[in-house]
Amino acid sequence: MTPPLPRALRPKPPRPGSKPGRNGASANGATGGGDPKALKKARKQAQREAMKQQALEVPIAMLGWLDERTGSTPFLRAFLFRKTPQGTNWYYTLGSATMFAFVNQAVTGVVLAMYYNPSTTQAYGSVRHIINDVFLGELVRGMHKWGSTVMVVLVFLHMGRTFFFGAYKYPRELNWIIGVVLLILTMAMSFTGYLLPFDQRAFWATVVGVNINASGPILGPYLADFLRGGAEFGTTTLSRFYAIHMLVIPGLIAALIGAHLYLVAKLGTSAPPWLKAEKARELAEEEI
Amino acid sequence: MDQRQREQYLREYGIQKSKGKPFFPYAILKDGTMACITLAVIILLAVILGAEIGPKADPTTTSYDPRPEWYFFFLFELLRVIKPPAIVFIATIGIPTVCMVLLILLPFIDRNPERHPARRPVATFTGITVIALMTYLTVSGALAGPPGTISLKTPPQYQAGKLVAAESGCQGCHKIGENGNPGPGPNLTHIGARLPRNAIARTLVNPTAPMPSFSALKRQNPKKFNQLVDFLAQLK
Ligand code: HEC
Ligand code: HEM
Repeated sequence: MTPPLPRALRPKPPRPGSKPGRNGASANGATGGGDPKALKKARKQAQREAMKQQALEVPIAMLGWLDERTGSTPFLRAFLFRKTPQGTNWYYTLGSATMFAFVNQAVTGVVLAMYYNPSTTQAYGSVRHIINDVFLGELVRGMHKWGSTVMVVLVFLHMGRTFFFGAYKYPRELNWIIGVVLLILTMAMSFTGYLLPFDQRAFWATVVGVNINASGPILGPYLADFLRGGAEFGTTTLSRFYAIHMLVIPGLIAALIGAHLYLVAKLGTSAPPWLKAEKARELAEEEI
Repeated sequence: MDQRQREQYLREYGIQKSKGKPFFPYAILKDGTMACITLAVIILLAVILGAEIGPKADPTTTSYDPRPEWYFFFLFELLRVIKPPAIVFIATIGIPTVCMVLLILLPFIDRNPERHPARRPVATFTGITVIALMTYLTVSGALAGPPGTISLKTPPQYQAGKLVAAESGCQGCHKIGENGNPGPGPNLTHIGARLPRNAIARTLVNPTAPMPSFSALKRQNPKKFNQLVDFLAQLK
């Protein structure tokens, strides 16, 4: 089945004996078919009306086509038109703002990856190249760099909101746990990304960071060796950090955001606790 | 929460939800506005503060500033507070790990059915304390002076070594004379009296975490390395 677009947009010829359009007739008070001007106007009106109907059918038909093959409409409808509890306020936008910051990181990160070269000899030069030569390169790198700060701030604010609203309690415990893992992964993004420009500050801060890992009991030294790709800092270290930074962790974050949002849609967002408290008091009074 | 409280919660939540508005278009409008604000803030920061890049990484030198991104300052600052090498791992790995485990277990630790912040004083107080503590550590981490100069008087033959020490960022973690931070490393003002020369050299090549190893300096620029060790050894 093809969407009936071409035929639909063709105006229908007027049928013999069909009534002139409602508005055309009543507006100038003409009686029936006598006045050619009024007739023409009425016909135009009818044509426009028909075209509107046909045009409306296009998206409906397309959705129908999709739905017939995927059965996705009920999910979409349940997601979009699910109710949010009364009292939902601006604090509830912090989670989606975090997600938006993550999307910003993903998009700017892809642009940076087109020019970046993760080898100890080339990395620094390629970042310089992005800043100095690439069209809007400095802006994109700035957006990636400052986007990371914004994302970390938003994650903490969102976590604070869910903490003080008591939103981690029944039945949303699992969503809180997924959230903590997302927090850890976000910090890990920041740690692995810091090395990539390969300037002095990046290099030495990461040396210290990896040494900090190495000081952990039992697993620490192994973790440090894994991060360095050996006992010494080198090209393997850089490409390892790069792979972790642009493939492993973003994949995990995207998947976990999916799970997080699934639970949000399934359980609904919590209502602000002060509403809850009032409600409870009302109920208690009624019971007495 | 016991079974009855859970059922009561779900019942009340059902009422609140039925009185609410659909996600589309009400909540999505707010979310969209917030997304626009977020993007505007990111672009503003990028345009105003730019994306500076420092000098190229060089494992053999010297003038570096071992500073993490600002939101790790609180971790770095913990290292300054907890100094003895034997328990450094408590600050580096111990405290963060314990915090994360506690955070994950929070829904099982806090089983109070109340949700209003004023009605669960312990949780609210703990939350505010943690925020205050992290803010304090972040601010004092940010205020810790950058390494750079050593104003100590030095005999002329050790002047070169002093320069290497000043350039090498030791003062990010050590105090030398008037300059530098009082932690996480020990004060080096009288290190020569405490450690013989070869022990100092050994520490530089093979230090205890979180101090970075300077073995690359020794390998690639032994002269500078020896000047540095000479300078440290005469600090008595
Ligand atoms: C990231 C922080 C850091 C930096 C940078 C750093 N150190 Fe250290 N240093 C430490 C810590 C922590 C210790 C204590 C652990 C130990 O005894 O090895 C230490 C110990 C030492 C010791 C042994 C002190 C003693 O009393 O046993 C010497 C000597 C030393 N550092 C010299 C230096 C020099 C010289 C530099 C610069 C070239 C430097 N450090 C840079 C953190 C640092
Ligand atoms: C990458 C990071 C994260 C993203 C993209 C994200 C996204 C979201 C979104 C969009 C919501 C919907 C409601 C709202 O916006 O408030 C939500 C709810 C929630 N999030 Fe997150 N989140 C993240 C991190 C976290 C963290 C770190 C925690 C806590 C440790 C957390 C815990 C929760 C909880 C408990 C809810 C349910 C809130 C309620 O029902 O009122 N999330 N999250």
